[in-house]
Amino acid sequence: MSGFSASGKVFDTIFLESKSAFICELPSAQAKNSGGIFKPDLANGENDRKLCAERSPKRVEVSDHSPSASRELHVLAVDDSHVDQKVIERLLRFSSCKVTAVESGRRALQYLGLDGDKSTVGFDALKVNLILTDYSMPGMTGYELLKKIKESSTLREIPVVIMSSENILTRIHSCFGGRGRGVSREPVKLSDVKRLKDFVLRGEGEENGVTGTHKRKLQDNSMPPSSSSSSSSLSSYQSPSPGPMSSSESLLSSDGSSSPQPSSSPLLLKSLSKRPRLRID
Amino acid sequence: MEVVQLQTRFVEYTASLFREGYLDAQFTQLQQLQDESNPDFVVEVVSLFFEDSERLLNDLTRALNQQSVDFKKVDANVHQLKGSSSSIGAQRIKNACITFRNFCDEQNIEASLRCLQQVKQEYSLVKNKLDTLFRLEQQIVAAGGSIPVME
Repeated sequence: MSGFSASGKVFDTIFLESKSAFICELPSAQAKNSGGIFKPDLANGENDRKLCAERSPKRVEVSDHSPSASRELHVLAVDDSHVDQKVIERLLRFSSCKVTAVESGRRALQYLGLDGDKSTVGFDALKVNLILTDYSMPGMTGYELLKKIKESSTLREIPVVIMSSENILTRIHSCFGGRGRGVSREPVKLSDVKRLKDFVLRGEGEENGVTGTHKRKLQDNSMPPSSSSSSSSLSSYQSPSPGPMSSSESLLSSDGSSSPQPSSSPLLLKSLSKRPRLRID
Repeated sequence: MEVVQLQTRFVEYTASLFREGYLDAQFTQLQQLQDESNPDFVVEVVSLFFEDSERLLNDLTRALNQQSVDFKKVDANVHQLKGSSSSIGAQRIKNACITFRNFCDEQNIEASLRCLQQVKQEYSLVKNKLDTLFRLEQQIVAAGGSIPVME
């Protein structure tokens, strides 16, 4: 699911079909289906679970697992809106993520130790696995925050996802120009968080060498040589047609699954990571 | 009133809110996030939304009644309101905000004032509806019942 909807607007992130077929072979994947996120009596949850099952049966299992598998993701959520912040936090915690919420890009940089002062707490201690940021914020936009993070040698590997309700292609273009990559719709939903988690966890799995084969296959399937990030994301954006996609990563499902109502202003979230190679220190 | 009657009323009332477009699927999402460990999640988020909205609506009223209207500021506020109403599933407010922003783009004061009125009206309506809904929930719980999960 990728590219443009009938109306010509980019409506969701670009999904690497081949990657979605991979089963992430983390130890936790072998464990029971946690079924933790979706309650059985909730139709929406069931639909999402079915959707996940269709794509790749095991994907559902990798997610919100117990910390004992040390796969509890630590997400840094950046948003100036109290309402959105509360919803995001709950979405993430519900999905068994550890959440640190800050209300501005500045605060986010402070937390990450990028504000110029030598932080006493090293980055290792923070171990942020994913940064989720609003796009339009006073002071520093999500995109500006992204740029600062990607300029940092220690932090640039952290996937950064920008949430936006703006449906303006120019914004997307500029984001892609700055190595942005996927877009996700606002308001963010549980199914979005699921996919984000899967995405991040898969990256960690690779790092641990558990999914060595994944890496090779990924490289085979990706368009440009997989390690390049910005160029590949740009090119994949420019050829947004669905199909055996490029190396760009869609973190969210297509319109059909996670947004039942016609959204007049879809939130475009951009996944701004390079290939999901998280350095686990 | 009996629990079952209250629950039926709750279900019907909720369904009507969706049918009439006051709420959309995002509200259902919020309900799904509520559980034993976070039993008041929806009420908390919605209360936060009410607070934020009232502040924004006041700011908007002030901004549009200035001698020289700062449309950038107006637009930024409407954008915020659009975002938060979207986050809780308050569809009609969200849509009213979208229309509002179009007039901001045109820097049309008259139309913007009308839009503001419209947004305030929608806000008022949905606030009443949600207050009623939460009251029903409280009654159900007080009568010893559980709140039906909406599909």
